Formats: sequence, C-alpha cells, structure tokens
Amino acid sequence: MTDTAGLGDDVQLLTLDVNGTSYEVITEPRRTLVDVLRHDLRLTGTHVGCEHGICGACTVIVDGAPARACLMFAAQAEGARITTVESLADAETGELSDLQKSFTEHHGLQCGFCTPGFLMLAEGFLAERPDATRGEIKEAVAANLCRCTGYQTIVEAIDACATARRGHCARGTEETPCN
Amino acid sequence: MKPANGDRLVGRSVARREDPRLLTGRGRFVDDIELPGLLHAQFVRSTIAHGVITGVDLSEVRRVPGVVAAFTAADLELGDITALLARPLSEFVPTAMPVLARDRVRYVGEPIAVVIARDPYAAEDGLEAAKVTYESLQPVTGEERALAPDAPLVHEEAAHNTLVDVSLFATDGIDEIFDSAPCVVQVDVRTGRQNALPLETRGAVAFWDDREEQLVLHTCTQVPHQVRTVASRCMRLDERAVRVIVPDMGGGFGIKCAVGREEIAAAAAALRLHRPVKWIEDRKDALSASFLAREQHYTARAAFDTDGRILGLDADVVCDMGAYSCYPFTAGIEPLMAAAEMPSVYKVPAYRVRGRAITTNKAPTAPYRGVSRPQYVMVVERLMERAARELGLDPVEIRRRNVITEFPYTGVNNMTYDPGSYLESLDLCERSLVEAGWYDRQAVARAEGRHIGIGYSCFSERTGYGSKAFAARKMEVVPGFDISEARMDTSGAVTITSGTLSHGQSHETTMAQIAADELGVDIAKVKLHQGDTDRITYGWGSFASRSIAVGGSAVRLAAGKLGDKLRAIAAAEWGISPDETELHRGGVRRRDEPDAVLTHEHLADTAYLKSHLLPKDIEPGLSATAIFDVHNDGTFSNATHGVVVELHENTGQVEILAYVCVEDCGVAINPQVVEGQCRGGIAQGIAGALFEQVTYDAQGEPSATSFMDYKVPTAHEIPDITIHHLETPCAFTETGAKGAGEGGTIGAPAAVLNAVNDALRATGVELDNTPITPETVHRALTPPAPEQTT
Repeated sequence: MTDTAGLGDDVQLLTLDVNGTSYEVITEPRRTLVDVLRHDLRLTGTHVGCEHGICGACTVIVDGAPARACLMFAAQAEGARITTVESLADAETGELSDLQKSFTEHHGLQCGFCTPGFLMLAEGFLAERPDATRGEIKEAVAANLCRCTGYQTIVEAIDACATARRGHCARGTEETPCN
Repeated sequence: MKPANGDRLVGRSVARREDPRLLTGRGRFVDDIELPGLLHAQFVRSTIAHGVITGVDLSEVRRVPGVVAAFTAADLELGDITALLARPLSEFVPTAMPVLARDRVRYVGEPIAVVIARDPYAAEDGLEAAKVTYESLQPVTGEERALAPDAPLVHEEAAHNTLVDVSLFATDGIDEIFDSAPCVVQVDVRTGRQNALPLETRGAVAFWDDREEQLVLHTCTQVPHQVRTVASRCMRLDERAVRVIVPDMGGGFGIKCAVGREEIAAAAAALRLHRPVKWIEDRKDALSASFLAREQHYTARAAFDTDGRILGLDADVVCDMGAYSCYPFTAGIEPLMAAAEMPSVYKVPAYRVRGRAITTNKAPTAPYRGVSRPQYVMVVERLMERAARELGLDPVEIRRRNVITEFPYTGVNNMTYDPGSYLESLDLCERSLVEAGWYDRQAVARAEGRHIGIGYSCFSERTGYGSKAFAARKMEVVPGFDISEARMDTSGAVTITSGTLSHGQSHETTMAQIAADELGVDIAKVKLHQGDTDRITYGWGSFASRSIAVGGSAVRLAAGKLGDKLRAIAAAEWGISPDETELHRGGVRRRDEPDAVLTHEHLADTAYLKSHLLPKDIEPGLSATAIFDVHNDGTFSNATHGVVVELHENTGQVEILAYVCVEDCGVAINPQVVEGQCRGGIAQGIAGALFEQVTYDAQGEPSATSFMDYKVPTAHEIPDITIHHLETPCAFTETGAKGAGEGGTIGAPAAVLNAVNDALRATGVELDNTPITPETVHRALTPPAPEQTT
C-alpha cells in the first residue's frame, strides 16, 4: 500500500477491479492508472514508454476496450473492469495464451518492453473485430510503437492467432471468444 | 570437439527462452525494481542552451512536501566524466563532462541539480521550486556557426569548436587523378539529428549494501563494467565497491553504451543519503536531453573512368557531436569510423578524407546503431548513382563493376576485408525485384504518370571489432576481447557467462545454443549470466554487433574447455585416453563402443561429490574460462538492400511498396533472430531516411520534446520485408558468425534515398539529404508556377 505520509491530506481511497481481483488503494487523485497498477499493485507487466498516450506501452483493457493507462487517472478507473498482461497466461498452469504463443512463434518480440501493450491492444481489438483482415490488424497495430521488430512479425503473430481462433470457432471447439 | 550427435542447435530457429517471462509481464526492467525506503530522483535541467550559472537556489525545493533532499554539483563533489583518445592535441581535444553542471551550461536539458523525494510526483513538484539564474551566452547551434571565425566557444579549450580533426588517408597523386578523370561527381549530404529511442528510457536504481560494502547500481546500460569504472572514479571508490547490474533492458541501440550523468548522480545521491534512489528518465528528457546521434555533413566527390570504375574518393566529414564527448567512445567515434571505413564494398584505389567532430550547444551524441555507416554508405551510394547517370550506366551495373570480388582484399584504408558475398548479394537482390515484377510495374506506372522508383544500397560493416581494431582508432579505453566462463553443477546443469549483454537480441537463446552444442546438453540445461559486474569477470558489453562474433566465440571456447574436462574425467573412469571419447547428447561416450555413455550428471557427481575418484592431474569441480579476441582487422558482414517506393504527388508522401534485404552475417546461429535484427534495423533506417529529426531553433531550443513533434514510424509506415540469407562463414571467429545487429539500419537510408531519386528522375531534382520530408518531395514533384507577367 502507498506510503501516504508527506503526501498531504489530498488522498483518496479507491477500489479497483484488476484481473478479477478487487484492490483497495489509497492514493493522490493525480496518480495515473499505470502508476497505481505498477507501483501500488505491483503489477509491473504494464510499462511506461511516453506518458503522453502515443507509444502504447501502457495499454490495458478497460471494460473490454484497449486504453492508455498513462492517460487515465486511477480514480477514473474505479468501477471499471481492468485487465492487464498478467491475466493472459493460465493462472494455474502458467501456460501461455494462444496470442502469447503466437507472439513467440512468430518472433513478435525482441526486447519485450512494448510487448504487453501490443498484447493487450490485440486482445481488445480482436474481441471487437474477430474477423479482422491482416490489413486491418496492421492498421490497429499502428496504434503502438515498437522499436525492435519492424512490426511485421507482430502483425503476423496477431493475424495467425486470429485465424486460428476463427478456425476453432468454425469447428465449434471453443466457447470463447467466438462471438 | 563437437558432440557427435547430428541434431545441432546452431543454425536453427530455436524458440526464444526470453519470451515466456516477457510475454507474461514477468520481465524485470529497471523501473520494476522496488526496494524498501526507495526514494526518487528528478533533475533540474538547464532551460537555456548556453550560459554561465550565476546561482542555484534549492531552498524552496527542500520545503516542497515529499522532497527529502536536493543536491547541486558543489554538494556532491563528484569527479568529472572525461572521455579520452590517445591522439595528439592537434587531432583531439579532451573535454570534461561534469556529472552535474557546475558553472556553465551547454545545452537545453543539461542536468544542474538533483531533487530526491519520496515519490516521483513530489520530485517533479520539487523541480518547479528550483531557482537557477544564468548569464546567457550566445548559443552555437549549427556546424556553420561553430566553425565561423567569430563563433563563441562551447569549450574554451577547443579552438574552432573542434574536438576531433583527423586526416587519416591521402593517396599520393590523388589531385592528379581527379584532374584527369573523365568523370567526376560530387555530393553534399546532410543527415538529421536523430534519437535512437529505445522504448524503455534510461534509468537507475542505486543503494549502498552495508553487508557487501558495495554501491549496487541497477541501470539499463550496454556497458556495465565501464559504468562501474566511471561510477567508482567519480565517487572515488574502489571498483570492487561498485556493482553494476543490468536487468531486462527495453532496447539500447547504442546510446545506452554511453555512460550517462544521471545514473552516476542518482548513485551518488544514494551513497550520500544511505537510502535507495531510483531515477527513471521521462520521455521528454529522453527525446531532448538524452544522448542523440547522426547529425553529419559530408562533402564528397568521386572520380570514375569511362567504364564506370571508381578511380578515387575524396571526402570531408563534419559531425555535430553536441555539447560533450561521451564516455568511453568519445566524440571521435563518428568521424573516425567514417574516415576509416568509407570505401565500404568498393575497390577504391585512391582515397583522401578529413573527419571532424565539432561541438555545439545541443544535447550530446553517442553511438547509435550503425555509427556513421548509414551516412557514409549513403554518400558512396549517391556517388555511384550519380556517376551511373552521368555515364549512362545501369545503377546496378556500375556497382557490379566496382564491388570487391576477391578476398582477402586489403583496401586503400589499410584494412583487410573478411571474405563476403558482395557481388552475390547484389545479384540476388536485383533478381528478387525483377522476378517479383517490380521493373515491369514501374514501367507501367511511369506511363500512367505515377512516380515509382527502385533503389539499392550495397555495404559491408565491420562487426567483430577486436582490440586490435579499436586500438588502431587510438582509444584510451580499448574494448575488444570477451571473457566467458562455463560451469556445470552437480545436477549437470550449465551456467555460462558473457561479457556481452542482450537488450533485445536474444542472447539467452543464442548463447545457450552455442554452449549446448559444445557440451551435448539440452538447451534447457544452459543458463546465461550477463550484465552483472560481480558475476562476470570482465566485459565490454554489447555494441558494434560484437556479441555473437566475439562474445559467442568466447562462450564456445569456454564450453569447449569444459567439454574437454568432462571427457578427461570419463576417460579416466574408463581407463582410456580422452581422444577415445566424444561428447554425445546427454554425456560422454566411447568412440569404440558408442553404447557406453557416462552421463553429464554422473560426471558432475564425480567431479564435485566424489573428487577422491579423480586422477591427480584432474582438479575437482567443473568450470572453465576462455578469452576470445579478433586478431585481424575485424569481421565484415555484408548486404544489399533493394527498395521500391512510390511518391504521392498530392501529399509528398513516400510510400514503400517493397523491400528486399540480402544479408550475409556468416553463420547465423538462429536465423529467426537474425531476421528480427534485420527487420528492426531496417525500420530504424527507414525512420532516419523519411521521418525522424530533432532540430534546434536559433536559441538552441530542441524541436522534439514529445512524440507529437518526433515522428516514429509505426506499422503503417514500415513495409513487410523479404530477407534472403547468404552465408560466408567467418574464418576469424569460433562460431563462423559475423555481426548482425546494425546492418538493417546501415543499408536502409541509402536504398530509400536512391529509390526516391529514381522516382524523381523525370523531374531533374536530386535529393541528397535526410530525412526526406513530404515537403521536399511535394516541392520536387510540383512544377513551379509560371512567373506572372504584368
């Protein structure tokens, strides 16, 4: 929990729903969602790359849609369902999700710093647009910055995952996320 | 001796061992490190480009809620960071970079004081309460101003604002060659100031460890041992009293191999306060006040005979290094690299070059992926294109007539080139674009009035610099060798160390592939230790694409020695000679009896837990250390890049329609990793060619302080890239590998610029500068309005 001593009287108690767990946080109103996730809740998978909403390293899913956690105050996320990269792999077995596996198969990451942001961007996007074409995926990927991969393998990873999910849906072998 | 099994890992795209933790958010980057009682640092920075500091008042800062301390240079009393070249004063003028500015500021963003608070927000509040007063001096914001006779001096000791001025080569009779040559072409090339821009900004977490009597500094650097040297000298500690640890690193691209002032100041504050201190650079500082790169100006000419064969090259190189010479590479890195290596892949019989590093009131520069090679390759490739036009030759044909085809080849620059595939890569690259139909499509498009261009660049890049190559540069700090240790524990698991370290290049996988093959162990049994000065005997870090060529060779040697010891132990047990044994997957077997195998676990158990069974001449334990250096002039990777662009008349946009890269980095340890390096490098090269630039106004104020002002290309701008591999194994490394990190960045700007010029062919306009802005292209494509007559 945050050390509130010396921070003045202007602190608030928030309840945040992150990856299905409810957290109580005492924080200054000016504290951003990404700082609260990283430093108060110790969910350091979400990264900070620019703090002005361009690079997308801090992308998390808020109520089903990708959002820049550096552009939101934590207080604004109260009552919302927040999902971070820590939720993707199987909590019990540690097995990577299909999207994570696709990233590693396609070499869609190198230094890995931007990766959680791309994963959450892709999860949010594919939930909305499961039938997205490769071109549409490329447009969506253009929302975030990567400095290592040249993007091609990220697009390929997401496209392959989307294609596989559609295949599963067509065969009716998966309950979600076939909507 | 190699394991006898056929299923070697080297050469295969083994899945990355880094990925599971990075994909699940369990990577540990500097900012992820939390310590009890952690404090946070932010820096009071200069708001003017050039001036004398007349006062620093931090009294209000210290009253800001949450602020714990605030220090100026006088408070911390740190030694300066001074990078040196062992060259005469006529060639190199050393200048000191104080950790915090003491009496003078030389660029907007220069750190003046450090504010320490309980929380980064409070530290930023503190910054606003700092009062710094200056007496402004005229800023020096460009090359022309810096070299003008009446220019103010950025450093009093550097006359003409010149830190480095070398004339390395001047072939006898070169003037006569130019006077009598049938064809002389020239170019005037300027390249923009760029930001290497790792997604993870710089940062540090430091604390004093009482038990170890050590200052522990976690920082994202490419050169941990060199940071240790600087930190210990600045703070007057023994080197063993500083431990530098590099956790996961979100990219470096070269700029993180310059030792930064802020990580030293943060460490000094931790020492002074006896509390852990964290500093994380924000993006505004990373864009404007961190190390920048690339701003260079070339005036060059080349002489050709009527067949298009180059007769001579004459170049003047001026590099704008900004306000300070970076440690350890110095302001010499760019002009010295350009001057020594400019002839590149071509047979240049006569050569003259002058290289200068000048100092200006801009953020200092540091090496950035490719270091001068993206620029001089652009210069030489522009000269080739221009000569082809003048002589009516095909641009590929003129290159074909000039590339080095016989090896070993010793150039006019006194360097002996490692065998490569210069001609083969050119041929394959051209064929690839022909077969994909791009020349046909270009002809059709041109007939329709569209502007499609095809451009190439050929280059070689020195990658495995050994200490001989660095010593030739006359560096005071001479990098080059690498040390590796291979250790097997009682469970048969292997730990290898490397003095190089990965900031995205997959060393945990590729180094393990090398070691696993040498030892015949499963790759899962091999763990790499990197980036920790207490765990690694010594290291030069990762830069100049040296990791696999040099570091990988050391790993192979160390693992090989460990393998020899395993065979000796097995041979002793069997009572045969070690020559009668071989490493096999899982252990050591008898050559004469392949089914007789002693497992790694069994041998390790003997070496440690039953050492009484070892013969007298075999020491207990299982570890081996090896040192590797490249003893010739270096290893040279090579490539040809081919690109197709379309220029859009209405917007001036340069759209990349196709990109082909034919690369040869010798033996590719992991082809998927090599391709990743190529693609990422090409994206950064395209960024330099078309998008990124930090400019400064007349007052020395930088233009790029956010991503709103600094265009980093996204998936929208970077095309899919076709990669072909050629493999000319390197005879000078243990792995047969050359380097693969920088080539993409080196080849792309020249290829893109040539393609744009090909597309502009009908207009008569030729562009030589980067970035190629939409405005430039639009102007070139839009005929001037007819003059109005009254």
